[in-house]
Amino acid sequence: MRAFVSFAALVLFIPFLVKNPYYLNVLAFIGLYAMVTVGLSLFIGYAGQISLGHGAFYALGAYISGIISARYGVSPWVTIPLAISLTTLLAWGLGLLILRLRGHYLVMATLGINLVVYLLLVELDGLTGGVSGLPGIPPLCFGDYCLVTDRACYYLIWAVTLAVIFLALRLVATRPGRELKAIRASEAAAKALGLNVTRYKVAIFTLSAALTALAGTLYAHYLTFISPKTFDVFYSIEVVTMVLIGGMGSVWGAVFGAAFLTPLPQILSFFEEYKDIIYGFILMVILVFQPEGLCGIGKKWKFFKRQMSIISF
Amino acid sequence: MEAVVFFQFLLSGLSAGAIYALIALGFGVVENATGIVNFAQGDFLVLGAFWAYSALASWHLPYPLAFLSAVCFAAMVGLLLDRLVLSRARSREILILVFITVGASIFLRGLIKEIWGKRPISLPPFGGDTPLKLGPLTIMPQTLWILGVTFLAFALLHLFFHRTKWGRAMRAVAVDPEAAALVGIPVPWMVALSFAMAGALGGLAGVLITPVTPLSFESGVMMGLKGFAAAILGGYGHFGGALLGGLLLGVLEGLSAYFVSSAYKNILAFALLVLVLLIRPQGILGFGVKERL
Repeated sequence: MRAFVSFAALVLFIPFLVKNPYYLNVLAFIGLYAMVTVGLSLFIGYAGQISLGHGAFYALGAYISGIISARYGVSPWVTIPLAISLTTLLAWGLGLLILRLRGHYLVMATLGINLVVYLLLVELDGLTGGVSGLPGIPPLCFGDYCLVTDRACYYLIWAVTLAVIFLALRLVATRPGRELKAIRASEAAAKALGLNVTRYKVAIFTLSAALTALAGTLYAHYLTFISPKTFDVFYSIEVVTMVLIGGMGSVWGAVFGAAFLTPLPQILSFFEEYKDIIYGFILMVILVFQPEGLCGIGKKWKFFKRQMSIISF
Repeated sequence: MEAVVFFQFLLSGLSAGAIYALIALGFGVVENATGIVNFAQGDFLVLGAFWAYSALASWHLPYPLAFLSAVCFAAMVGLLLDRLVLSRARSREILILVFITVGASIFLRGLIKEIWGKRPISLPPFGGDTPLKLGPLTIMPQTLWILGVTFLAFALLHLFFHRTKWGRAMRAVAVDPEAAALVGIPVPWMVALSFAMAGALGGLAGVLITPVTPLSFESGVMMGLKGFAAAILGGYGHFGGALLGGLLLGVLEGLSAYFVSSAYKNILAFALLVLVLLIRPQGILGFGVKERL
């Protein structure tokens, strides 16, 4: 809990140091990604399943809320919960169907869902605006005060992200978290102990989809413009990569993964055309030499310090 | 007349399907040796095609040599991916290994963009571009080449896996790597060989498809996904399944382009794929995993 409080304090104070709206924008995006990776890390790291389809839920959250509020003038305060509920319901239905699949087959099914949703966004241009995107999504407003600056959105997004992190930490520390860990360790053993494995998998899949839809709605009302490109399979691959780079099966790992990989393309844009080569290379190096993720480095360092203090004593 | 158009769509579906089958086979070879999905499989295809393009346009190699060298080059890249990267991984966890290939795919795409640029390329067809007339049907010679070479590749691989010592050794590794190592099979070399074969199959698919569909540096993503879908549809790691899944996916696309519209062909293909998985979770020819409890 101390870690959480210091992290929250850090998040709160950053805007006092960083005034540049572009940096605040990148930092807000870290929050949007962290919301998704925390949920996904529960699904991957605790339930032991893989989804390459979360881009679809991100898209559904953004587009449902975006279309209804932009086209029919409904307040985002109504459309956001609506979009999240509809996406969650759909994810639950899909989860019941596809979570019977295993390994690569589950990967393909989730990929297929993402591809279908992406292609529909492109093809149904009467509804979604097609490839050219959907403009004119209203921002979130409190009375007359609308969240339009990067700073205001930074605070909104991080307030939600901190709440998500807090709930995830609680979930992991309590009974459902331990039961999920048991499923990851051995499905057979978990079944033998009387756990309803499928129900847990579906529940955690639905939860992570709901968090992704939430991030999607915030994304839409923050940028006020969305286009299909954001929601292709690369998004789904990117968030899973963040979870792995941060360290599977750790809530903080998921946050670190998002904090490391979100700004990386921006930092690497310094290298111009070599950017993709370097990005791919960094991913390979970390996963080859540090498969426990960046979080693992911290643990190793703690272990090393303890060893050193024993020796020097 | 309608029937002719229908058969034309069917034929183009079959030739696309043959390419998917080759990519699916590349996925299958790696799956059997290592159990991982190689996300760089689609990039092998693009690498092969671009190499052939350079060999023809810049180095003025004769046709057969250009295509052969492209296949060898892609095989080499596959081999290097295993030897330089995957074999050094500290973790044997499938998910980590799979995402190392995702990194490799991004790396290779960046490299291709850097070397050959963003412009899509096309290759001249093998058998010239005078269409063959078969009654009312028009068939491009390239279509026949694609189908012929694909079936030949499958036949040769079948012979390799069932008639040669090396092929049998690779099948032994697929069944049980530890037992294979115990009887003296050099498992790491078999894994490297499987990556080289996956590269070669990708390169072959690349030089075959480029005369029909121009490729750009990022085409590997979609082609890889289609090949993966084909492999899953037939039953992942099952060679006959790869052929069946590839042809089925191609025909499915061709027919949905005919019956609905070509804009929706990908949507229908992937939606049907998910549907098939719900009915047969292990693919059409896949071996069901027995639940032990």
